[in-house]
Amino acid sequence: MTEQLIEALLDGDHRALARTITKIENRSPGYRDLVSELHAHTGHADVIGITGSPGAGKSTLVDKLAKAYRDQDLTVGVIAIDPSSPFTGGAVLGDRIRMASNVGDMDVFFRSMSARGTLGGLSTATTDAVKALDAFGKDKILVETVGAGQNEIDIVRTADTVTVLVPPGSGDDVQMLKAGILEIADLFVVNKADLPGSDRTVQELREMLGMRDRETRGHHGVGTPGMNDAVERNDGDWTPPIVETVANDGTGVDDLLDALADHRDHLESSGQLEARTRSRYAAEIRQLLREDANALLAEELDARGGLDAFVQQVLDRESDPYSVADELVAPIEECVRERRND
Amino acid sequence: MSADEAQRTIRCLVAKVGLDGHDRGAHVIARAFRDAGFEVVYSGLHRSPDEIVQAAVQEDVDVLGISILSGAHNTLVPKVIDGLAEYGALEDTLLIVGGIVPEEDREDLREMGVAEVFGPGASMKEMIAYVREHAPER
Repeated sequence: MTEQLIEALLDGDHRALARTITKIENRSPGYRDLVSELHAHTGHADVIGITGSPGAGKSTLVDKLAKAYRDQDLTVGVIAIDPSSPFTGGAVLGDRIRMASNVGDMDVFFRSMSARGTLGGLSTATTDAVKALDAFGKDKILVETVGAGQNEIDIVRTADTVTVLVPPGSGDDVQMLKAGILEIADLFVVNKADLPGSDRTVQELREMLGMRDRETRGHHGVGTPGMNDAVERNDGDWTPPIVETVANDGTGVDDLLDALADHRDHLESSGQLEARTRSRYAAEIRQLLREDANALLAEELDARGGLDAFVQQVLDRESDPYSVADELVAPIEECVRERRND
Repeated sequence: MSADEAQRTIRCLVAKVGLDGHDRGAHVIARAFRDAGFEVVYSGLHRSPDEIVQAAVQEDVDVLGISILSGAHNTLVPKVIDGLAEYGALEDTLLIVGGIVPEEDREDLREMGVAEVFGPGASMKEMIAYVREHAPER
C-alpha cells in the first residue's frame, strides 16, 4: 500500500500526493514509513514561508506569487493553514478562495490545512506535508501560516526563507522593539501599501533594522541551545529588505520576487542554506525523539496500571513526584544501558 | 503506538458552482459543519466544475457538498462527476447536493452518483448525522 502510494506520487499522480498528505495529517497507520520513504526524494524545493497578522493579505499575495512562478515555468505547491476550533476541533479553511489567478492549473497544488490545535502558526503535519510536495517535484513551495500575531514563529522550522507581512498601521516604534515574529523575517513585506500610514510603517521597520546589533545577532539563533527545538538563524550578513506591495492588483510583486531570489542566492553562497537545513533536521529529530520517548513512557505507565494510582500515592504522601518518575524511568534506563554496553 | 492512532477528521468541500450568487446557505452549512468538528474547505462563489474537481482532488476531501440554487444542477453536477471519475476520486468521495432541486430530478442525480439531495427545510442535525454515517472509509 505504502509502496504503491509512493510510486504513484513520484510518478506525478495528484491524487496520490493528496492522499499522502491526508495520511500524514491523520497520522494514519504507516505514515511514518511513508515519510521515511519520501525523505530520500526531497531536498530540491525552495520553501518560502509567508506569515503575518489575519487579513494582512497573505493568501492574496501567495496567489500572486504562485502565478508569477508559474509564468517562469516553475511548478508550485502551496500549503495554507487556518486555525482550528479549540472546542470542536472543526475548522473553516478559506484560503483557497483567494487563489483566483491559478484556476484550473493543476501544476499549482494547493492544500488547505487546519492547525489541529497547534499554536505555533503551523500544524504538526506541515513539515511532513512539505516533504511530500518536495518529493513530488515542486520547484517552489509556499507555506502560508495561520494569521499570526507576535509569537507564532514555527515557520522558521519549515521554510528556507521567511517573509513577514506587516500591514500599515501596525503600531508604533515600541511594537517594533518586541521579540518574536519580527525577528524571524528574512524579508518584510508592507502589503496594502496604497493605504495611508504605509510610509510610516516602512520607516519604522527600517529604523528597527538599523538598530540591530550585528555582533550579538551573529552569535544567537532563535531561542536557546540544548534539547529544545531552537533553530539556528545566525545570519549576520543579511539585512532583511522591505518590499512594498499591493497584493490585490499585483503592484510590487516583481520586487518581492527579486528580493526572494536575492535571499535564495545569499543562502546558497553564504552556506546558510546548509546550516539552516542542518539545524532544522536536528530540531526535527529532537522533536521526534521526545514524542517517541513520551509514547514509550505512556505505554510503560499503562502497563503499570495508569497514572492515577501513582497520583494517589503522592497525594497520600507515600511517594512524591520525583520518586514516581525515577521508578517509572528506571527499568527503561536499565534496558538502554545494558544494550549500550553489549 | 498511541501516536499512530487515528486522529481522523472528516474533511468537506462546500462548493458553489456556476452562476449562482446565493451563498448564505453555504455559509450556514460551513459553519454548522465546523461546529460539528469537520474541516470545511469553502470554495467561494461562481466556481466552474473544473475548479471544484481540482479542489476536491487536491484537498482530498471525504465529502463534497455542492450547493446549487440556480436550477442548473442537471448540467453542472454531471460535469463535476465526470471530473472526479477522471481523477479516480468518484468512488470514495461522498457527493451530496443541496439547494433547489425539483423532486423529479433527484432520482436522476442519484443514479449519476449523488448520494443524497437536501432541499429547503432539511435540518442541520440530519445532514451532519448523514455525513458522519456515510463518510467513506478509507
